[in-house]
Amino acid sequence: MAKKENKNRRDFLVISTYAFGAVGAGSFVWPLIDQMNPAADTLALASTEVDLEPLEEGQAITVKWRGKPVFIRHRTKEEIMSAKKENLDNLKDPQKDEDRVLNEKYIVLVGVCTHLGCVPLGQKTGDVKGEYGGWFCPCHGSHYDHSGRIRKGPAPVNLEVPNYKFLSDKLIRIG
Amino acid sequence: MSKNKSKNSVVEWIDYRLPIFTFLNHELNEYPTPKNLNYFWNFGSLAGITLVVMIITGIVLSMNYTAHVDYAFDSVERIMRDVNHGWLLRYIHMNGASFFFIVVYIHIFRGLYYGSYKAPREILWILGVLILLLMMATAFMGYVLPWGQMSFWGATVITNLFSAVPLVGESIVTWLWGGFSVDNPTLNRFFSLHYLLPFLIVGLVILHLVALHRFGSNNPIGIDAKGKQDTIPFHPYYTIKDLFGLSVFATIFAAAVFFFPNFMGHPDNYIPANAMQTPAHIVPEWYFLPFYAILRAIPDKLGGVLFMFGAIAVLFILPWLDKSPIRSSQFRPIYKLFFWILVFDCILLGYLGAKPAEGIYVLLSRVATGYYFFHFIILLPLLPNIEKTRPLPISISEPILSSSSFSTAAAVREKK
Repeated sequence: MAKKENKNRRDFLVISTYAFGAVGAGSFVWPLIDQMNPAADTLALASTEVDLEPLEEGQAITVKWRGKPVFIRHRTKEEIMSAKKENLDNLKDPQKDEDRVLNEKYIVLVGVCTHLGCVPLGQKTGDVKGEYGGWFCPCHGSHYDHSGRIRKGPAPVNLEVPNYKFLSDKLIRIG
Repeated sequence: MSKNKSKNSVVEWIDYRLPIFTFLNHELNEYPTPKNLNYFWNFGSLAGITLVVMIITGIVLSMNYTAHVDYAFDSVERIMRDVNHGWLLRYIHMNGASFFFIVVYIHIFRGLYYGSYKAPREILWILGVLILLLMMATAFMGYVLPWGQMSFWGATVITNLFSAVPLVGESIVTWLWGGFSVDNPTLNRFFSLHYLLPFLIVGLVILHLVALHRFGSNNPIGIDAKGKQDTIPFHPYYTIKDLFGLSVFATIFAAAVFFFPNFMGHPDNYIPANAMQTPAHIVPEWYFLPFYAILRAIPDKLGGVLFMFGAIAVLFILPWLDKSPIRSSQFRPIYKLFFWILVFDCILLGYLGAKPAEGIYVLLSRVATGYYFFHFIILLPLLPNIEKTRPLPISISEPILSSSSFSTAAAVREKK
């Protein structure tokens, strides 16, 4: 009997020693891993303000946010119409245009193809805009419409709409 | 292979083709170790563990460091303020250097006290001195990387040591710098070498261990194990003892990292490097102070450099300078006395290295330097002629068995 108790006590000591050792090792390893995550100064650059005042109808600008391009396009009436009246059944990743904009005049998109991360063409006047008139990714041929929705090609989902808000009528903050 | 053969068939399959498990079992598990080792024998494993900690923290620090004169200082400050846990990693690495030297110096003095450098362990000792040299080079170059005032002027002074070489001195210094002063090319090559040398140290440590395991550890009595009754298997007896020592060491290390992280550093190194102005009082890191004192004690440029390097070079030939066949100081009353004088002498040199080179300090430095070399070059070869050593025990077990306080414990062990 005494021997059995002794054995339980021994097991408890061994297991708790290993447990403490594991916690200690884990708490030493975590800083080594976590140092590769974005640092405080990187996170501090995570929002960008953009003035939309100089952006005329039909013009587009590209701004940098978190090291990635963000497309901002002042859409024409025709472009808005074509984006809004599109039948959702024709879409690979169905989403209403209203759900992708805060103000229908301005479409704000992360300019990174959802296939493998290239930057699609379509921001400049001479660019190939693809079969649906929005953006076209030259890497593997994905076509996006005026709302940045994927219409044709290998990309699985629509161009991402970043988190942004209007600080005033013509000023937005991304991030 | 061992008696308790592994039951795992995968392990057996691999072991038959690549006997790595047999090797590890032999060297880390059943490895026969003298049963009378005291806590001074913990410092070898502590040094090894500290080396691993330095390499791991160093690799992650280098992911956040920029080796360029315009960015280095700021990138280190960014590590301290912005990188996740960067302050912790840097403080571990920074204090780790100091603790590495504390551990290694104790390890070396343990070797001196117990005569661990004597036959047949001469190569083991020489490999250890090589490791010390590489450690010093690595620590020096690491200290340059933050590109503070002490980094810059330390680099300038230490590289200028080579200008003492006759005829080609200036060319060597220009070659070391990659220019006409310590500048960006210097910083870049120091970073490269600071990353490389620790891995060379790892290689030397492996050779150090191979040499150690050839004859096994020395022990406090300094006589060879005569058989099984004098040894115990390394595992679990010394693994657990090493782990206990490690936990004590880690506690002290953590206390320094969390509560006194800059105690062993120098505040001037938080001022960005300025090639136009030398700090008023420039000293190396504490672990170089004894050598720095020797350098300044000699009133001649080349002589100072030679004596400083000589202080380490003399350790290479120590196994042949000490002619006494008795290893342990326990049986060498006069050597024991002089050993402690040497310890005091080294601490005194360290103290003097931190003081300005003027007045009484210069005289004391010269006396202490003289004694250091007297100890190794004159005393050790002559001592066996006059020293009357105490009789050695017959075996490692004998003094343990004959002392009454241990006899019961030993008897119990015999019964099992």
